[in-house]
Amino acid sequence: MLKFILSRLLTFLPTFFGVTLISFAFIRLLPGDPITVLAGERGISAERHAELMTEFGFDQPMLIQYWDYLKGVVQGDLGQSLVTKKPVWDEFFTLFPATLELSICAIIFAVALGLPAGVIAAVNRGKFFDRLLMSSALVGYSMPIFWWALLLIIAFSGWLGWTPVSGRISLMYYFDSGTGFMLIDSLRSGQDGAFWSAVHHLILPTIVLGTIPLAVIARQTRSAMLEVLSEDYIRTARAKGLAPFRVNGVHALRNALIPVITVIGLSVGTLLAGAILTETIFSWPGIGKWMVDSIFRRDYPVVQGGLLLIAVMVMIVNLIVDMLYGFINPKIRKR
Amino acid sequence: MTETSETASQATDRPGPLREFWYYFRENRGAVMGLWIFVAFVLVALFADLIAPHDPTAQFRKNLLQPPFWQEGGSIAFPLGTDALGRDILSRLLHGARYSFYVGIVVVTVAASGGIVIGLIAGFAPRWLDAIIMRIMDIILAFPSLLLALVLVAILGPSLTNAMIAIAIVLQPHYVRLTRASVLSERSKDYVTAARVAGAGRLRLMFVTVLPNCLSPIIVQAALSFSTAILDAAALGFLGMGAQPPTPEWGTMLAEAREFILRAWWVVTFPGLAILVTVLAINLMGDGLRDALDPKLKRS
Repeated sequence: MLKFILSRLLTFLPTFFGVTLISFAFIRLLPGDPITVLAGERGISAERHAELMTEFGFDQPMLIQYWDYLKGVVQGDLGQSLVTKKPVWDEFFTLFPATLELSICAIIFAVALGLPAGVIAAVNRGKFFDRLLMSSALVGYSMPIFWWALLLIIAFSGWLGWTPVSGRISLMYYFDSGTGFMLIDSLRSGQDGAFWSAVHHLILPTIVLGTIPLAVIARQTRSAMLEVLSEDYIRTARAKGLAPFRVNGVHALRNALIPVITVIGLSVGTLLAGAILTETIFSWPGIGKWMVDSIFRRDYPVVQGGLLLIAVMVMIVNLIVDMLYGFINPKIRKR
Repeated sequence: MTETSETASQATDRPGPLREFWYYFRENRGAVMGLWIFVAFVLVALFADLIAPHDPTAQFRKNLLQPPFWQEGGSIAFPLGTDALGRDILSRLLHGARYSFYVGIVVVTVAASGGIVIGLIAGFAPRWLDAIIMRIMDIILAFPSLLLALVLVAILGPSLTNAMIAIAIVLQPHYVRLTRASVLSERSKDYVTAARVAGAGRLRLMFVTVLPNCLSPIIVQAALSFSTAILDAAALGFLGMGAQPPTPEWGTMLAEAREFILRAWWVVTFPGLAILVTVLAINLMGDGLRDALDPKLKRS
């Protein structure tokens, strides 16, 4: 097991350096030199330009520049936002809980509906329910979620007036953000209706962000269940006279869960990509919207730092999933 | 002599690979339906100029935000209504098919050909080179695809061509991984050793001997990434980083329609529906392709 963990860590390190290299290269690939880029549309005098080039070390050889950048990254120094003048690192971790809260809700939504849907489809293989569920899953999988968001807004906010269109909580409520998770903070604030307002704001973004993972989980659960259901021990369990619910729900599902858990773990990248669209549409103040806004504002240090932090986060989650998978399934370790 | 004629007659009894493929593909009704929708989509893309009732950029100033013909105030001249500038939505949708088809074809061709060549090299290369190539692919895969595409477009500047380049770069590692995995499983087989013993050069081994036997999963991947390319290009267009207005690209149309969602449902509904139906048809087709091409699932 130790050998397995070490080998995974060994492949992690070169990828980490590669990711830092890409985010390092990003600001230097933009047309014009970095100082001109950072100065933006206002322009900059030639003297000040030369001064700043030395100050930021852009006149050093590339290798030294990269080394300095790497030292900064390891110490959590990712530069400052051009717009807010705050450190990129701090901004990221202020906004991150909003994205995390939304992603957790989306995954709970996807698992709560996707698992039973996959099991029901597998047990009724080829019958009406199977076809209905799997066609819906394919529609969900093919959904342009930015359009899906607009449709839900038309239906639930426009026609029915049930849900708000943007933000995390109604402007009527104000309290300090302790944890950054609106559901927890609103409960702790003790204000009447604050929690419900937060829940209301979460409903549509959760559905939108959870739709594709829901479809993937339903399809994956179905195929994993079908594989397990043809095993001998399932036949034995049936022959012993166990109730169908026990056979399907306990014996089969437990073994079908391993590939499903992997899919859930690996959908972190999908969630973050989806968060870019979902947060932009619902004005959700998380890192997805922050990245898009920064790209439009040409706030390049933010784009550079955010890109790195998001990639490292995806890599760490994948590494953990990988190790958990090796832990659950010893066969993987041998490869 | 009799032995050879016997094998020859057996060979003719066995259906050709294309016919065998069609036999299994046809069994999946959803896939056949997807294929027909896709054929219709290609025809629309090719003949948009002839089918469309109006010019996609012509503005009819007297008919701003006119509803579809079955609603009050609609007219048959603009069957699906008009947008905020009085442009015919149906004509714009028909022309939009052209952009989506173009995006799909270009992205898949670039990503697949690049990915296949790199994957073949990785599969045949010495270990150190293989390791380097695969780590580079891991690095690209560490970024969420849409984010990396967005950042690439930010470097290159927003346009449909740059969006296509970005999406092709993001999709390409999947082809590399697939090709390499099948090359590694094929390389040690007897027929490859036989070809090598017979004196086939390395290039011939790669492209003529091994590659044709690795194609099934790549074809399925091509179908799936065709739909991913259309979705991602539309998402970039929606974010203002893809095709620029007044191009009648579906995602860009949705972006322009956003402010009217509560006043004019049709400007939002139809472009998205077009994306959904096209992507769904291609995914249905992809599922059928996988069932027909994957020998493991074939007879289960």
